[in-house]
Amino acid sequence: MIPELGHFALALAVALAAAQAVLPIVGAQSRDPRLMAAGPALAVGQLISLVFCYGCLVWSAVVNDFSVYDVAMNSSSTEPLFYRITGTWGNHDGSILLWCLVLSICGGAVALFGRGLPSALRARVLGVMGIVSAGFLLFTLTASNPFRRMWPPPIQGAAINPLLQDPGLAIHPPILYIGYVGFSIPFAFAVAALLEGRVDATWGRWVRPWTLAAWCFLTCGIALGSWWAYYELGWGGFWFWDPVENASLLPWLTGTALLHCAIVVEKREALKTWTVLLAIATFSLSLCGTFMVRSGILNSVHSFAVDPTQGVFILTLLAITIGGSLALFAFRAPVLAASGVFAPISREGALVLNNVLLCSLCAVVFTGTAYPLFAALFHVQLSVGPPYFHLTVVPLLVPLFLAMSVGPVLAWKRADLAPALLRLWWAGAIAALIGIGTELGLHRAFAAAGFAGAAWLILGAFAELVERIRLFRIPLGASWSRLRAQRLGVWGGAIAHAGMGVTVAGIAGMSLALSTIVAVAPGQTIAFGGYQWTLLAMHDVPGPNYTAQVADLRIMRDGRQVAVVHPSLRTFGQQHQTVTDTSIQTNLLRDLYIALGGEQGGKVVLRLHVNTLAAFVWLGALVMAFGGALSLVDRRLRVGAPARRGVVGVPA
Amino acid sequence: MDAIIRRRLLMLGPLGIAAAGSGVFWALMLRMQQGKYDPHALQSMLVGKPLPDFTLPGQTPSAGFSNTDVNRGKLPALVNFFASWCIPCVEESSALDELARQGVTIWGIAYKDKVAATAGFLTRYGDPYHQVARDADGRTAINFGLYGVPETYVVDRTGIVRLRYAGGLSSDSVRDTILPLLRKLG
Repeated sequence: MIPELGHFALALAVALAAAQAVLPIVGAQSRDPRLMAAGPALAVGQLISLVFCYGCLVWSAVVNDFSVYDVAMNSSSTEPLFYRITGTWGNHDGSILLWCLVLSICGGAVALFGRGLPSALRARVLGVMGIVSAGFLLFTLTASNPFRRMWPPPIQGAAINPLLQDPGLAIHPPILYIGYVGFSIPFAFAVAALLEGRVDATWGRWVRPWTLAAWCFLTCGIALGSWWAYYELGWGGFWFWDPVENASLLPWLTGTALLHCAIVVEKREALKTWTVLLAIATFSLSLCGTFMVRSGILNSVHSFAVDPTQGVFILTLLAITIGGSLALFAFRAPVLAASGVFAPISREGALVLNNVLLCSLCAVVFTGTAYPLFAALFHVQLSVGPPYFHLTVVPLLVPLFLAMSVGPVLAWKRADLAPALLRLWWAGAIAALIGIGTELGLHRAFAAAGFAGAAWLILGAFAELVERIRLFRIPLGASWSRLRAQRLGVWGGAIAHAGMGVTVAGIAGMSLALSTIVAVAPGQTIAFGGYQWTLLAMHDVPGPNYTAQVADLRIMRDGRQVAVVHPSLRTFGQQHQTVTDTSIQTNLLRDLYIALGGEQGGKVVLRLHVNTLAAFVWLGALVMAFGGALSLVDRRLRVGAPARRGVVGVPA
Repeated sequence: MDAIIRRRLLMLGPLGIAAAGSGVFWALMLRMQQGKYDPHALQSMLVGKPLPDFTLPGQTPSAGFSNTDVNRGKLPALVNFFASWCIPCVEESSALDELARQGVTIWGIAYKDKVAATAGFLTRYGDPYHQVARDADGRTAINFGLYGVPETYVVDRTGIVRLRYAGGLSSDSVRDTILPLLRKLG
C-alpha cells in the first residue's frame, strides 16, 4: 500500500503545482492579494507531498518490495542498506523524481525565506517555478512513474550498477541536482522580472544569494564527479571532456558569470538585460545537462538507456521552458532600461571581461560537445576529443586568470590600470619567480606556466585584502584590527579566487604525473618514480555482494616504509561485472595511485601512478565552494532580507 | 535601421539559437527511433575518405612521412597514433608486434610526445613501425579527428580509410577485426 500512497502523493503534487503555475501569476497580473498569497501555500504543499512521495519510494527500497518496478530493477536484498537507499536515485525514474523533489525544495525555500519580497514579485517567481514543476512532475507521473507495479514480483531485484555502489557516487546526484535545480530560482526571478518589466538593485540583491548557493553546490557536485572518475574508473585522470562532464561544466561557466553580473546589477544597476539572459541561459543549460543525458542522443560512458518516447516528452518540456522564457526575453527585454554607466577600465569593465571570457569558454565547450550532433544530422560521424578542448580552452583561460587578480583591485565606475597593477607587483613577481624556477628545475613549460598562474591567482586573490588593511603602510596592530573588521564577503571572494588557484596548481602538478604498467610476481620489487614497490601477496576476500581479488603491496622510499596498500578487483556476481577498486595513498602533495589489472601467467598486472598535487584539483573546488558559502553567510547577516515587516493578513 | 528594431532583433538571437538547437535534437531523436542513427557507433568521418593531408617530421632514425607515402607500397597499411605517456599504448604494443611480424606495414605517429620519451618507449616496448613520425603539436591529430591515443586507422591500397579503431588493440581485436579486414582489402 505504501507505493500507492507515494503514487497518490505524486498525483497530488502535480495538481498543486498546476495550481501554483496559474493562480499566483493571475493574482499578480490582476493585483488580487488573495490569489497572490496562494503561491507560498501551494509551494509548501507541493514540497510536503513530494517529500512524502520520495519517502514512500525509499521505504519500498528499504523493505525490498520487488513488486515495485523501480525497486526490482535497481535494488536487491543482498545490498547494504545504504545502497538500497541511494539506489532510489541511481536510476532514470528515481533520479527524475529526486530532481522534482529538489525543485520543490527550491520553491518551498522561496516561499519560506522570501517573506520580505514584494508580494507581486514573490507571486510571479513562485508561479514560474510552478510552471516548471508542473511540467516535469507530469512527465514523472505519466511517462516515468517509479511506483509502477510488477506482477508477479521477482524473488530478487536486479541490483544497481556496481560502478554506482560507491559512497562518492551515491551522494553525487543529490549535490549535483541541488546545484542544477538551484539555478531555477534565479531563472524564476529573471522571468518574473521580464513579466514585471523591471530589474533594479533590490532584484539583484535577491538573486545573488540564491545563485551563490546553487553555484556552491554545483561546484562541489562537479568536483565530486571528477573525483569519482579519478578513483573509480581507474584511468588516473580527472577530466575526460566527456559530453556528460561537459554538460555539467556549461551551467557552471554561465552560473559563474551570472554570479559576478548580479553584483553589477546590485551595486551599479547596469548590465540588467545581460544578467536576465544569463539567468535564463544558466538554468536552460542545467536542464539540458540533466535531460539531454537521458535522451540517449549523446555518446558517453555515463549514458542512461532510455525509451525514445520519453525523449520526445522531455524535448517538448525543454522547448516550452527554454523557448518560452527566451521568447518572453525577446519580447520584453528591450523594455528594461539600463541606467548605470561606467568606463571600460573599472570594476564593472573587469566583470564584463570576466563575462565575455566565461561565456566564450562556454561557447567553445558547447561547440565541442554539440558539434558531433550537428554533424550527425548531415550523416557525418565524428567525435571531438581532448585535443580540440585543450587547444581552444587554454587560450581563453590565460586572459581569464590574468584578469581574475586584477579585477578586484579596480575601483567601481572608473579606475586606472597602472596603480592597480602596482598593487599587484609583488604577486606578479613571486608568480614569475615560481614559473622561472619550475622551468629551470624541471624543463616543463606547461607545469611552469601552471604553477606561475596558480601563484598569481592565490596571491592576487588576497591583494584586495592587503590593500584594504593597508599592510606595511600602517602599524601591524592597526592592520590587524582592520583585518578583523573586514566583512566575510570580502574574505569569501578572495578565498573563492584562491580556490581556483589551488585547482590550477593541481592541474599543473598532474601534468608532471608519472605512470607505468608492470607485471610482477609475488615477492618481486620494482623501482618507479623514486619509490620501491613490492608485491607481497595476492588473496581473495568476499564482500557483502561481491568477491574481491586483493593485492597487498608495500611501498618504500629510501628504505622507509611509506604505506601498505590493497588495490582490488571486485567481481559482482549478480551482474557479472568487474570493478577496479584503486588504492590511493595521498599526503596531499602527491598521490600514489595503484590499480590492479588482473593476473597473467602467474604475474599480476599493476598500473602505478605517482600523481603530483592530484588532491589539489578537488581541494581547490572545495575552497571555491567554501569561499562562496562564506560570502553567503555574510549576505544573510547584512541583508537580513529588507527589514522584515509584519506580515500583513489577507482579508478573507 | 532603427536602433529600437535592431535591439529587438538582437534580443531575438538567443531564441533563434535555442530553436535551431531543438530542431537538431528533434531530428536526431526521430532518426534514432527509425534506427538510422546510433550515437554509440564511434565511426570516423574519415571512413570511406582519403587520409587528410599531412607531412610530419621523422623520429630519428626514421624519416618523416606524408599522407601520400602511406600507400606507396600499394598494399593496405595501418596508421597508428601513440604516445609514450599513454598506458593503453603500452598494452597494445604486443598486438602491434604481432601484426608487424605478419608483415603488415604500420606507420606510427607519436602524438604530443618528446623525442627522448618516444625513443625510450620504442626501445622499451619494441618498435613495430615501418616509420615513426612526430606530431608534436597535435594538429595532424585534429585533422584525423583523433579521439585519444592509441588510435589505429586501416588504409586500403588506394589510400582510402576503411576503419578507425579507437583505443588499444588486443590480440582478440587483431584476430577478429584487423586481420580479416586486411585480408579482405588484399
